Amino acid sequence: MAGFFWLIPLIPALSSLVLVLFGSRISRKAISLQACLAVLASFILSFTALAHLVRMPPESARLTKTLLGWISSGAFSAPVTFFFDPLTAVMCLVVSGVGFLIHVYSVGYMAEDRSYARYFGLLNLFTFFMLVLVMASNIVLMFVGWEGVGLCSYLLIGFWFERPAAAKAGLKAFIVNRIGDAGFILGMLFLILKVGSPEFAKINGAAAGGVLGPGLVTLAAVLLFVGAAGKSAQIPLYVWLPDAMEGPTPVSALIHAATMVTAGVYMVARLNGLYSASPAAGTIVAFIGAVTAVFAASMALVQTDIKKVLAYSTISQIGYMFIGCGVGAYAAGIFHLTTHAFFKSLLFLGAGSVIHSLSGEQDIRKMGGLRKHLPRTFPAFLVAALAISGIPFLSGFFSKDAILTSAFAGGHYAVWALGLVGAGLTAFYMFRLVFLTFFGESRLGEEAKRHLHESPGIMTTPLIILAVFSALAGFIGLPAVVGEKADLFGRFLEPVVRAAMAPFPAAVEWNLILVSTAAAVGGLFIAYLFYIRYSLFPGRLAARVPRIYRVLVGKYYVDEFYDAVIVRPAVRGSEFVYAHFDLKVIDGALNGSASAANLAGLGFSRLQTGLIKDYALAFLLGVVLFLGFILFLKI
Amino acid sequence: MIPGSAFLVLAIVLFVLGVLAFFLKRDLLTQFMSVEVMLNAGNLAFLALAKASSKAEAQVIVFFILTVAAAEAVVGMAIVLHFFKQRKCIRTEDVSGLKG
Repeated sequence: MAGFFWLIPLIPALSSLVLVLFGSRISRKAISLQACLAVLASFILSFTALAHLVRMPPESARLTKTLLGWISSGAFSAPVTFFFDPLTAVMCLVVSGVGFLIHVYSVGYMAEDRSYARYFGLLNLFTFFMLVLVMASNIVLMFVGWEGVGLCSYLLIGFWFERPAAAKAGLKAFIVNRIGDAGFILGMLFLILKVGSPEFAKINGAAAGGVLGPGLVTLAAVLLFVGAAGKSAQIPLYVWLPDAMEGPTPVSALIHAATMVTAGVYMVARLNGLYSASPAAGTIVAFIGAVTAVFAASMALVQTDIKKVLAYSTISQIGYMFIGCGVGAYAAGIFHLTTHAFFKSLLFLGAGSVIHSLSGEQDIRKMGGLRKHLPRTFPAFLVAALAISGIPFLSGFFSKDAILTSAFAGGHYAVWALGLVGAGLTAFYMFRLVFLTFFGESRLGEEAKRHLHESPGIMTTPLIILAVFSALAGFIGLPAVVGEKADLFGRFLEPVVRAAMAPFPAAVEWNLILVSTAAAVGGLFIAYLFYIRYSLFPGRLAARVPRIYRVLVGKYYVDEFYDAVIVRPAVRGSEFVYAHFDLKVIDGALNGSASAANLAGLGFSRLQTGLIKDYALAFLLGVVLFLGFILFLKI
Repeated sequence: MIPGSAFLVLAIVLFVLGVLAFFLKRDLLTQFMSVEVMLNAGNLAFLALAKASSKAEAQVIVFFILTVAAAEAVVGMAIVLHFFKQRKCIRTEDVSGLKG
């Protein structure tokens, strides 16, 4: 079975092809069955490959399969080679496992949509590209997956393209990602030029072995990180992700929470040799991650759209993953990626269930008291909220703690402090969301109240499964204080991402755990005071510091800033060029040459008298001149 | 014995007469005939030179020219006849349909 691991990405690709080409002729039941089974097959194959992997010796634990020669030019070659090592195994299981649950959920969520086949075709296509991204053995093939998931993201954000906001959001995501991709391409070409091979093993080896100079390594690492910042929505390229919430909610869960947006983290972890070789680049990554974590969390504090809160939360959590990768704790970053995939997709699917049961309402100011009406969605959502807040013994607690501890241990105290502030903010905004949505008085309209219903079983079952994982996944990566071999996850990834963690006194680690727990519980408690106990207080606080409140609601006016500094000058520049260069120079040159030809034609047509004699005379003259030329000049 | 140059002179005279006829006459048929005169003046020049240099190739060329000229005459006459059928007249200066 493990020999067929290269089929993992190809099954969803085949399914997608069938759905896109023949989707209109297949019944809805068959479409849902095929789409879900294709992803399930990938999951089962990933699992068998993993089972094979753990039996191999850790140092050489990898499966490789070359399918195609693809690009080959001189000494350079980039084949279509899939490989499967511990890091890829984690990513494959997350993508296909969470992906499968979201496919199942979508069957219920999209049941009434007109473009059912298109939706599942694109979702399968996305799964294919994402699996290519994580299974590629060289950076060029990874880039194919990288661009493919970007394309699917664009198509699915704009899935309801008849809504102008959705079409615009898709375009914004695509264009912002182009900026990041420019950096990625430059970094990639740079590495290929200097290393001579696009294989990850060779790049990491060259960087670690000192073949590339330190400046070169930093430059390449920072350029690639620009690409990661675009794809993973980090400062300064995060602006597309909140708008991407225009897409269907399961899409937000799969693409914009669990998988695609974490591709940047995966890329950094995959090129760990490169990033480890450049402390400067690592510091940049960690610092951008930390600032993004706090910055995005502060914007999530005042959002009123349930999905927007989760979008900013995603940006913030990916910041944590980059902290982990930046300080060299790649395993911790990937661990947080995994737990985040569980609880954030659960949050999105739960939010989707709320929106579904309220017939499309997304404003949390118009919710409240839903706890009693959604008996299955509420507990699942609560577990995810506790997990993301870092409440002890849930998955988010262990993964966030691993990152913060590594940052502290590596001496990045500023990054650690920012991470701690972010953790407090996370607990606060997450429980603000929970309290406003599920607790308190109902603020529903009469119309919504009558339609209020719990979502069907096909939607709530994935929620419950994800809730179990969100609660328990943390125990595969226990902190080092518990025991030398407690961190199963870290030890599994060890052969791929060498964690060079200095031994660390247990007492300090216990204190760090206590501090971050205090931050989480504190945030939760303040949210309780604000939104349950003294529910008038938030309004009064907002009135007390109107300027700060307005800046937060205005999302620091970053969109307006980009609009004024980049978008509008670009548009105005284009208009100027259009008016002065296109219309005058290019069109003028074209029209000028046309009328010149016309004038010449008018002049020369006089010679054409139509009389045979004139022609014959010209003929004769020509002959005489020709003969004269030959005879007298003796050529 | 007639000197070889006499043939050449005759050919030149015939050719010039043909040219003059082509430009001075106004009906298509006569002009066509003057073209034939020019053509045969050329043939005569070939023969004269063949005689002077006692080579057979130039004479062979004349046969080819005669063959082609026969075909050309057929096509030419057909055009003249068709022209006459349409216009009931073969004066060339009335025809300037291809004027620019």
